[in-house]
Amino acid sequence: MREKVIEIKGLKKSFGDLHVLKGVDLDLYKGENLVVLGKSGTGKSVLIKIVVGLLAQDEGSLTVFGQEVNSLPTKELDKLRLKIGFSFQHSALYDSMTVRENLEFPLVRNVKHISESEKDKKIRRVLESVGLSQAIDQMPSELSGGQKKRIGIARTLILEPEIMLYDEPTAGLDPITCGDINELINQVRDEYKTSSIVITHDLTCAKMTGDRQAVLLDGKFGAVGEFEQVFHYTSDDRIKAFYDYNFVN
Amino acid sequence: MAGNTAERNYIISKKIDQFFIELASVFRFMKRFFVEVWFPPYEFREVLRQCYEIGVKSLPLISLTGFIVGIVFTNQSRPSLTEFGATSWLPALISIAIVRAMGPLVTALIAAGKVGSSIGAEIASMKVTEQIDAMEVSATNPFKYLVVTRVLASTFMIPLLVMYVDFVALMGAFINVHQNELTSLTTFFVEVFEALTFLDIFSSLIKSTVFGFTIGIVGCYKGYTSSKGTEGVGKAANAAVVMAMFLIFIEELLALQIVNFFRFN
Repeated sequence: MREKVIEIKGLKKSFGDLHVLKGVDLDLYKGENLVVLGKSGTGKSVLIKIVVGLLAQDEGSLTVFGQEVNSLPTKELDKLRLKIGFSFQHSALYDSMTVRENLEFPLVRNVKHISESEKDKKIRRVLESVGLSQAIDQMPSELSGGQKKRIGIARTLILEPEIMLYDEPTAGLDPITCGDINELINQVRDEYKTSSIVITHDLTCAKMTGDRQAVLLDGKFGAVGEFEQVFHYTSDDRIKAFYDYNFVN
Repeated sequence: MAGNTAERNYIISKKIDQFFIELASVFRFMKRFFVEVWFPPYEFREVLRQCYEIGVKSLPLISLTGFIVGIVFTNQSRPSLTEFGATSWLPALISIAIVRAMGPLVTALIAAGKVGSSIGAEIASMKVTEQIDAMEVSATNPFKYLVVTRVLASTFMIPLLVMYVDFVALMGAFINVHQNELTSLTTFFVEVFEALTFLDIFSSLIKSTVFGFTIGIVGCYKGYTSSKGTEGVGKAANAAVVMAMFLIFIEELLALQIVNFFRFN
């Protein structure tokens, strides 16, 4: 039986009168890439923000490595966060720091007594992994959108997380760069042995990166399974419409 | 008519509620600062960087302002003293005015505009672009890194800037006095220091420290609690300046009452 790293049961989240998640159930298994699909505003990003403790759920349970995220004290939550990498939609690079300083930032604060040479080695390794070794001394403002995404991913990889959460990794990128990012997501899973949740509304990204797909419809998962199973054998018109819109338009 | 009155009362009571909610939120923010400032990790490098940003980078603007204030105040005071044949009192009058009130106030108001707005805008833009969330998910305390460092830096640097402005303003005043009354530098400064008391200098420094803390905490609070979107960045910067200036004037008034209590009792 496969090991569950994230277990979500009956998760609900509202913002005032707006009920975003209405009882979500989902499991993430070790070593898999799970893609969460859905239209904008369906609560996909809210879901992974709850996973990492940036938001708290109203009801339901969410455990990561068996620990209930919502009830963890700050220190324990921080320990858990070290096992989770979060790649933000707009990269969220610290714009007053160079690429090297961006990568150093989580490292020096979370790895005690790290030598300069070890630090340098780790930085060069992750930059090599994302194919941007030459950008080490550049400022974020000098990078393209795709490069920023890669550096954002590198910054999370520097702490060698066991789970990766990607928030719209291909949003706003051209098709070729999207393909590169999709390959990178798969490469990260293979090289760093991560389990991942990929949030997207891009079906090409979903097909290329996902071992399983989960389609979020009206606050609940409408279908969960492999790509073919979810999109080709569905009877749900909303899922069909979502597929047609992505591939026909 | 009755409906209008009820509506007006509702709006007023809602605004009063909002004011007290914001006040409570500011106090919670300040309380968090006073708790977090004592516990490790200490971000010394960031504090030093902020000291440089707040202190050293403010020097050109503050030097110019202080110098002009010294010259203008001396020039404006001379006619009144001349009427009483008391121009020799100019150094004493100017030193008391500058050290007790104008130096701290002018420095704090300029810093509120320059430093407060920049802190507010920087933190708000980091919030909008999810940089604060990025710190949090990498198990770094963003409050400690962004807020504690900036508040400490402005609390340390504003008193130093005030002392510097006092000196520059007195030099501006000296140039004006020297041109008109041919007073020497030694005589001028002997008269300046004879007029000043320990209480003047001490209260000026304490007041400046409070002003520095106010500028830092208000800038950080407005940035940290800004609403999302680029509009929020501009609003945070603007609100940081307005609120800091307002509080500085209130604090100046309170400081005056407290110092006068000690001076005359």
